[in-house]
Amino acid sequence: MGVKDQGLIETPGTAGSVVSSVSPNWITTKLDFLVNWGRSNSLWPMPFGTACCAIEFMATAASRYDLSRFGMERMSFSPRQADVLICAGRLPFKLAPVIRKIYDQMPQPKWVISMGACASTGGIFDTYAMVQGIDTVVPVDVYVPGCPPRPEGLLYGILMLQKKVRGETLADSAIREEELLDEKGLRMPPSLVDEISEPFGNSIHQTRSA
Amino acid sequence: MNSSAEVLRKRFPDGFVRTKESCGDTIVYVRKDALGEILEFLRDDPDQEYNYLVDITAVEYRDPEKPIEVVYELFSLGRKTPLRIKVELDKNATLEVDSVVSLWQGANWLEREVFDMFGISFKGHPDLRRILMWETYAEGHPLRKDFPLRGRFSRSEQVRQALNSNPESHYSMEELSIADAYHELPDEMRDRLAKGERGVIPEPEGT
Repeated sequence: MGVKDQGLIETPGTAGSVVSSVSPNWITTKLDFLVNWGRSNSLWPMPFGTACCAIEFMATAASRYDLSRFGMERMSFSPRQADVLICAGRLPFKLAPVIRKIYDQMPQPKWVISMGACASTGGIFDTYAMVQGIDTVVPVDVYVPGCPPRPEGLLYGILMLQKKVRGETLADSAIREEELLDEKGLRMPPSLVDEISEPFGNSIHQTRSA
Repeated sequence: MNSSAEVLRKRFPDGFVRTKESCGDTIVYVRKDALGEILEFLRDDPDQEYNYLVDITAVEYRDPEKPIEVVYELFSLGRKTPLRIKVELDKNATLEVDSVVSLWQGANWLEREVFDMFGISFKGHPDLRRILMWETYAEGHPLRKDFPLRGRFSRSEQVRQALNSNPESHYSMEELSIADAYHELPDEMRDRLAKGERGVIPEPEGT
């Protein structure tokens, strides 16, 4: 999804932190394989459905597409027993503190899937009431494009997340550090929030106000 | 044309302004100081019987000379007849109109919504707070024509304010703790809550 996942977003957890002194060896790589195999095949999703994407998410979880094939047998409606936060749908500013609270309540390790155009970028809702991409509120691992994405699209996103999980290593503890909001109450510099919230596509023409 | 318009013209010569038919709907414009008595008459008169307030909303036109209109959609459940009442408010004066919560309890949230979106205050409303936007929302009233589509603040400021707000502060104490407030409710309401929606304690099947 454009500039967003090109590594331009510096998260406080990774920026400037010391890489663990444990160097990869036979034991840690075998342990990584085992742990990541377990983690990636038992991702418990926490559905955060706010709009039509949630309908596609339900279709993905139902018998035809059957999310449980990928170890997502159990929908976790409590953030404390969840691994993946799936934001399915647009996020209004009124819900921004709610999803942040849910994300903070989830135990490590945790991942976030931003499902659909609205969750990823604000989509067609370039208005006063809508967060322009949930990555201004919580860190996102996988963006699934679509309006709404078909179940196959979401499944592909989940498979990509599993691939990402299999590439993690226990030796690097920085990726599992809790990311907190800075003293301004944002998770990234204000200029970056403004930059990634800028209108694009057709909505750059919609500047009329009166 | 709805016959109620002619009745209003005769009965309230001072409060009646004009009438108009649009797409088969009758619209009656009334003066704002006569609004309360006209709506009360429409509700209580047996020949009018507009006992259901469908909606309250407002309209602001792009022409800056045109006044803001507050729209009352009435419906008579008995006679199956709709009627639309409009009040024009001068944009240069205080945007204020009498509350009709005393006539229809359901007007409570509708008036809060109009207040939230247009900044029109309702005199005599028991609890005039924002309802859609959060209470600390400082950017103005979103449906006004002078309101920019993306809001007045920068995106980073909007995200900052949203993240720092307390989600529970959007609700009044009563909304958060209805169970705690149970013993302070009026007897009649407590009775109704205890018995459930139908007003009777349900009997087990087959007795």
